[in-house]
Amino acid sequence: MIRNSVGLHVPEPCSRPGETPDFSHIEVPPAGSMPRPAVDAHAAGMRDFAYGLIRVLDDEGRCQGEWDPQLSSDVLIKGLRAMMLTRAYDARMVRVQRQGKTSFYMKSTGEEAVAVAATMALERGDMCFPTYRQQGILVARGWPLVDMMNQVYSNSHDRLKGRQMPVFYSSREAGFFSISGNLGTQYSQAVGWAMAAAADGNRRISAAWIGEGATAEGDFHYALTFASVYQAPCILNVVNNQWAISSYSGIAGGENTTFAARGLGFGIPALRVDGNDFLAVYAVTAWAAERARSGGGPTFIELFTYRAEGHSTSDDPTRYRPATEAAAWPLGDPIERLKQHLVVHGHWSDAQHEALQRDLEDEVKAAGKLSESYGTLKEGDRLPAATMFDDVYRDLPPHLIAQRAQSGVLA
Amino acid sequence: MTAMSMIEAINSAMDVALGRDPDVMIFGQDVGYFGGVFRATDRLQQRYGKTRVFDAPISEGGIVAAAVGMGAYGKRPVVEIQFADYIYPATDQLISEAARMRYRTGGEWWSPITVRSPYGGGIYGGQTHSQSPEGIFTHVAGLKTVIPSTPYDAKGLLIAAIEDDDPVLFFEPKRLYNGPFDGHHDRPVQSWAGHPDADVPEDHYVVPLGKARIVRAGQDVTILAYGTMAHVALAAAQETGIDAEVIDLRTLIPLDLETIVASVSRTGRCVVVHEATRTSGFGAELAALVQEHCFFALEAPVERVTGWDTPYPHAFEWEYFPGPLRLGEALKRTMRL
Repeated sequence: MIRNSVGLHVPEPCSRPGETPDFSHIEVPPAGSMPRPAVDAHAAGMRDFAYGLIRVLDDEGRCQGEWDPQLSSDVLIKGLRAMMLTRAYDARMVRVQRQGKTSFYMKSTGEEAVAVAATMALERGDMCFPTYRQQGILVARGWPLVDMMNQVYSNSHDRLKGRQMPVFYSSREAGFFSISGNLGTQYSQAVGWAMAAAADGNRRISAAWIGEGATAEGDFHYALTFASVYQAPCILNVVNNQWAISSYSGIAGGENTTFAARGLGFGIPALRVDGNDFLAVYAVTAWAAERARSGGGPTFIELFTYRAEGHSTSDDPTRYRPATEAAAWPLGDPIERLKQHLVVHGHWSDAQHEALQRDLEDEVKAAGKLSESYGTLKEGDRLPAATMFDDVYRDLPPHLIAQRAQSGVLA
Repeated sequence: MTAMSMIEAINSAMDVALGRDPDVMIFGQDVGYFGGVFRATDRLQQRYGKTRVFDAPISEGGIVAAAVGMGAYGKRPVVEIQFADYIYPATDQLISEAARMRYRTGGEWWSPITVRSPYGGGIYGGQTHSQSPEGIFTHVAGLKTVIPSTPYDAKGLLIAAIEDDDPVLFFEPKRLYNGPFDGHHDRPVQSWAGHPDADVPEDHYVVPLGKARIVRAGQDVTILAYGTMAHVALAAAQETGIDAEVIDLRTLIPLDLETIVASVSRTGRCVVVHEATRTSGFGAELAALVQEHCFFALEAPVERVTGWDTPYPHAFEWEYFPGPLRLGEALKRTMRL
């Protein structure tokens, strides 16, 4: 909380390296305590949803309250599988980065539900505008791991032709929009995409993701303004994982309010959700999708979660937060919580879980071997360097033809 | 053929584009109901409806971002930035997103957007209604930059820009909207009426991007100009009596280097003229290219006549603006007269 004081106030997290993690300021309301409004509810009457926390799974793994999406065990196991596959994929790609086979990687550990559950609540034709930490979207849509790995390795089969840093995937076919290093830019583009879909009246919608740190960018505000003005059929997600590299969420403006509350000022229904609760993320996304598809306009969702690992392979989080902080996170782990739910209801067992884990690791390993056979950043096949001049424009202009000839990379 | 001002020609280009392609969408500040602060989109909303021509919030970054998203969807957005001086909030979307979309996705996505913006000085516009920021964008790989100087070219180039699958910055010299201007601010304002380049077909036609136009053939020196400066160059040639070849570049990127090199190789002299400030302006690129490609033909250093390296002043409009007298002096120096 902001204290009254003279002088410049600079927010500080509750604990730093060497200190005991402290999440006592985080209020965790009981699962099922928030009602589920009608999908055509007016934003002005939904204030409490921006400050509360929608939760479905309780501590025993049982569903509570009106937000229970009542999904079949098949769908839940599919979601569990996609989250576990995302985590297994992340684990391998960090290993190969440490081995020098690629330059960089970013895990999404602890945030798998934010991508997977939301994607499963969308239709395949809906366009996702992710950040670099929603690889779970591609996994949930069954996109081949080999293709993702080819991008990470910048190898001879990389569809992005070795031009992008690792994890900046793009798949038009999977409805996964090209990732940019510039933060926030896709958030506002997603609104434009939804405006175009609305102009065509085809009931397709877009979904965008942004981290809580990047909400401080201008594009965040452009997106909310345009979404509100044109009632664009889109879902604007803020993944509040508490950390923007080394800066805690207070530095992004979260010290004395919620990120969801920002949506209210734009007249957009804003809901704050337990981001580690697969069922809650699914239910709220489905609510927002139905609202958008039926002409109800945009929805703003804060997904409250925790970035369990470092920001990237270039980051050491023990330099700015307690090493044990992730374990103390009060909302737990999305995979463990969904697993518990399935086990409690007799749809899953520890033995099945372990067997699936082994299968997924084998699947990742096999994909990795295949992808590495197409080359890695440092070894094996690669695309001809002359391709670096292609696709700057649709057609190669005269000055690039001249530079390509001059470069000596034609061979 | 109809006699059109440049603003009417630009309006006609968008009318034609809207009529031919249902994916063309036009938006920007005051662009819809009101028809634009310069009348460029006059009557288009009434003709094509609010979902195709509409007003936008005062948010240049948001306007271009929405256009990029629409382009990714499959639309062909044409957006207006009210003054080029106000394009800067959109530079992240233009430089980091639109320009790189095709490249970074290996051709999977692209940005077929056109960004129209009134630009240039000579209207007592002061610091924020006079700028010529083209050099910022010609430096960006992936963008095309177009600047017309006549009603005929404005319509043909704008249709070509809209139909182009790459992002195009279309800078409109607002000093030329209602009539040609050669820098003689003390003479009566002219209209486009009766000017040969104001005869504009009402239907579809294109002036291809990447092709310069020789405005005046000459033997002694080549003047490289664009926008309002094409008219200033013509006046300077006539007033000095120097037989200058005046080339209106029309498109800065892609550049018609062939026409430039052929001309300078013949004349052996070159003067570059633009309104924008000098240091790192597009003139520096032109001078370097001429030096690289025409070194052995050159008989004098390449001259640059440009705006000064200052913000655009209000009271000192005509001391700042590179008019025919300043250009004429440079021509004489180049000819060692």
